[in-house]
Amino acid sequence: MTLPAPRRVGLLARWETTPFHLICAGTVAAFLVAFLIVPVATVVFVAFWDGQSLTLVHFADFFRTSLMIEATWNSIYVALMAVIVATIIAVPLAYFTVRFRFKGAALIQTLGVIPLVMPPFVGAVAMQLVYGRNGSVNLLLMDWFGFRLPFMEGLNGVIFVQGLHYFPFILLNLSASLANIDSAMEESAQNLGASGWTLFSKIVFPLAMPGYIAGAALVFAKVFDDLATPLLLNVNNMLAPQAYLRITSVGLADPMGYVISTILVVLSVVAVWLSLLSLKNRDFATTQRGGGGLSKRELRTWEKFGAYAFIAVALILALSPHFGILMLSLATVWSFSVIPDAFTFAHYITVFRDAGGMMANTVLYCGVAALIDVVLGTMIAYLVLRTKLPFRQLIDQIAMAAVAVPGLVLGIGILRVYFDVKLPFSGESLATFWVMLAIAYAVRRLPYALRSCTAALQQLHRSLEEAAECLGGDKSVVMRKIVVPLMAGGILAGFVTSFATAAVELASTLLLVTRDASAPLSYGIYVYMQSAAGRGPGAALGVIAVVVVAIATWAAYRVAENDRARRAREGVAA
Amino acid sequence: MLKLASISLAALIAVTGVAAAQALEDRVTIVTSFSRDVTTPFVDAFQKKYPGTKVEIQNRSTTAGVAFIRETRSNPPDMMWASAPDAFEVLKKGNLLQKYEPKSEGVAPKVGSSPTHDPQGFYFGFAASGYGIMYNTRYLRANNIPAPKEWDDLKKPIYFGHVGISAPSRSGTTHLTVETILQGEGWDKGWASMLEIGGNFASVSDRSFGVPDAVNSGQYGVGIVIDFFGLSAKASGFPVEFVYPTVTTIVPANIGIVAGAKNQRAAQAFVDFLLSEDGQAVLLDPKIQRLPVRPASYAKAPAGYPNPFTDPNLGRRVVFDGDLSEGRYELVNSLYDRIVTFRLKELTEAWKSIHAADAAVAKSNSAEGKRLLAEARKLASAVPITEKEASDPAIAGAFQEKRPDRPVAARQAEFEERWDAFARQNYAQAKTLADNAARAR
Repeated sequence: MTLPAPRRVGLLARWETTPFHLICAGTVAAFLVAFLIVPVATVVFVAFWDGQSLTLVHFADFFRTSLMIEATWNSIYVALMAVIVATIIAVPLAYFTVRFRFKGAALIQTLGVIPLVMPPFVGAVAMQLVYGRNGSVNLLLMDWFGFRLPFMEGLNGVIFVQGLHYFPFILLNLSASLANIDSAMEESAQNLGASGWTLFSKIVFPLAMPGYIAGAALVFAKVFDDLATPLLLNVNNMLAPQAYLRITSVGLADPMGYVISTILVVLSVVAVWLSLLSLKNRDFATTQRGGGGLSKRELRTWEKFGAYAFIAVALILALSPHFGILMLSLATVWSFSVIPDAFTFAHYITVFRDAGGMMANTVLYCGVAALIDVVLGTMIAYLVLRTKLPFRQLIDQIAMAAVAVPGLVLGIGILRVYFDVKLPFSGESLATFWVMLAIAYAVRRLPYALRSCTAALQQLHRSLEEAAECLGGDKSVVMRKIVVPLMAGGILAGFVTSFATAAVELASTLLLVTRDASAPLSYGIYVYMQSAAGRGPGAALGVIAVVVVAIATWAAYRVAENDRARRAREGVAA
Repeated sequence: MLKLASISLAALIAVTGVAAAQALEDRVTIVTSFSRDVTTPFVDAFQKKYPGTKVEIQNRSTTAGVAFIRETRSNPPDMMWASAPDAFEVLKKGNLLQKYEPKSEGVAPKVGSSPTHDPQGFYFGFAASGYGIMYNTRYLRANNIPAPKEWDDLKKPIYFGHVGISAPSRSGTTHLTVETILQGEGWDKGWASMLEIGGNFASVSDRSFGVPDAVNSGQYGVGIVIDFFGLSAKASGFPVEFVYPTVTTIVPANIGIVAGAKNQRAAQAFVDFLLSEDGQAVLLDPKIQRLPVRPASYAKAPAGYPNPFTDPNLGRRVVFDGDLSEGRYELVNSLYDRIVTFRLKELTEAWKSIHAADAAVAKSNSAEGKRLLAEARKLASAVPITEKEASDPAIAGAFQEKRPDRPVAARQAEFEERWDAFARQNYAQAKTLADNAARAR
């Protein structure tokens, strides 16, 4: 049913837009232009430049180079396979925690975020020490059975590591979506005789599709653009490492690196767009919100056993690198052996002096970044799904493109554009002011929050907002009182993924930090991990980073949980 | 009386004049790729000598450091302090460094076969390092492999899959090693050697420190690294050893003052300090372990400390031609990536078959087998361009920054595609030939 809309004039009416929407659109557009488009364009234009004039010859070269064609297919293959691996791990975990009465569901949700926090370099060393050719697992296999498993070799190694690393994207978004499903849907299905697998595959999972697709699209885009894992495994014939190797070679003015970056951006956006297409013309929205999601039930004994076994295996696999980091941080020397030679707390004492300030900086920067991300993400999602503003899809796609922008490129661009802008009073450069670092994180992590927010809004029925407007709320009030609270689960998932991944961002950090006092943990880890003696202290800082993120995540869930309980109480009272 | 007063006045002026000359700015900022283990002892010693000046260290990777200095021209950091000589060349060419003549009595004018300081005075060598072989003793024992001593040892089949290196395009020091081998053995023979060693690689790392990291953890047993990586890892307790092969190159690690630096005097004092007796002594710290450029500083070194000024083997065998190296710098990097780094799988498969065929032919003693094997070896160690072509500006220019004063060469991508095809085809063919050689009776 369409409600009598407030009277609007001309274009605004045709776009189903109010001045409030225009302000939102303006804010988002200004942010993207100032901190993404302009800085990146000043760096990437080399791809379109032959020394005298604009050209597309470098793009033609890309398609004529067999290594690049091979790299493109490898990247697509790896990204698709990683989505499958991540799905196999994440879907059961999400379903168990949302569907069943389960001790420690919050624990699973928190532990499920940890794999995203892979501290730079430390994570690489720990992965090798656990799963590498001569890592703990393979050394044990050699001792006991006389063979090795190539966990970390070639493209399959990349798929294995990426799947373990990025499944939380699906876990978080799917859990949020599942929690949003109206229990009435499920009850109707049950009344009609559906149960078990039928109920899950025909009703529950399809209704949670926006969350799953958001997560899967993120895994795809992230794996497609990720360079840390391929570099760690020394797999060069993929697009992202090719771009990175060419952009970061000292003194090389090779346009191909920027050509590859541009192609990465385009392909990532296309992938996300295709995934959204699969949701088109279908309705996932439900209206009743009081019930609090699917009804939870107790598990039978054997089911419980199966569920716990699955969770144990999945979490052990996913968290073993973090266990490796913990051992590394406590190890004296760990070389070619299953466990370290001896244990010590000395590394924690070494980093103790620096760690406090870095921890505070990390929480501050990443908190600000994640906050910017969910605010912008909510605005963009709302503009795309609720208005007919021209270019609204373009805003979404540009924001999404940030997933494929290398941190180094963004960092150089920001220095180039903002270094000469001086702050009032202190006279410090805007580019090296800490807020700029938070903004750089926000730009790089915006796609995560955006997908989560979009998924949450897709599940929210329009009639709720219309009802509120009918009762006299204007757009901004409706947004604040109705839309945002009802999207809370998705917004939280977006906040957590942005926060957790920003905590270990290195490339832009290395360019924009100018003083130890304003450095976050990722910088400290980098500094230590440049020498053999710094490996232990670096790992100790890595452990601290993981703990900080875990506490922040847990706290975020507690806040959300309390909020939900409060609203439920108010609902009952009303 | 008047005379006395005027003398004391003159003295006073002289004293204050000296004091003014000595007063350093209250801080100096240094961009560096060195770890805290290296920087902290220097910073502490410097601040002890000049209590009024605070040293601010900004840790950045070499790439990020160069980019930062380039983008912050209006208000740059004061100094750049790093190993890679190529980074300093890039800064110098971009007019981002300023000249200075450091107080360096007692500093050797040459270390190894290269001058200690930049001849034009834009950057200064404060420590020397040589390339060599680092190995994990536990790993070698467990795999029953002998310890390598020379580059040629790394060609042996027994090291198959046990050796690692960082790509020369990613590491200025690896580049110098590659260039030294090319100049020492000649272009064709040098590439043949590197491809044969490359046949034994477990991986080609994208950053210099990736190699010692992997050897320290025992991911592979043998790494081609710069000395201080091996020596400092050993000093930190890892079960590793380091050896210099007979043909090695000794290169200086550098510091330079950035053009437009705000704290000039403090920056100059820091350079002078690094080159002074006190500064050079810090290099012997077990966590740093770099070679001083003052020959006298070795008196305090522990027994067995490498000394390029007395050891005739260290870096003096090869006369390094800097102009030759510079003219083909980018090309050599790209070529190495094309035929080794990005085609490592194909290269190692070819050499694996060749090693197997070697053993089989030794047993069968088949003439046909020997012929096929020789052909396979030739293919697996061939380089797509000649030495003359590599220095031809029309070709090498394609890999350098476009400048109005340079003729527009063909595009880099075109050469790269040709080399890639050459490598793939040769390695595949070499593998087939070697497999046939193994079967020949």
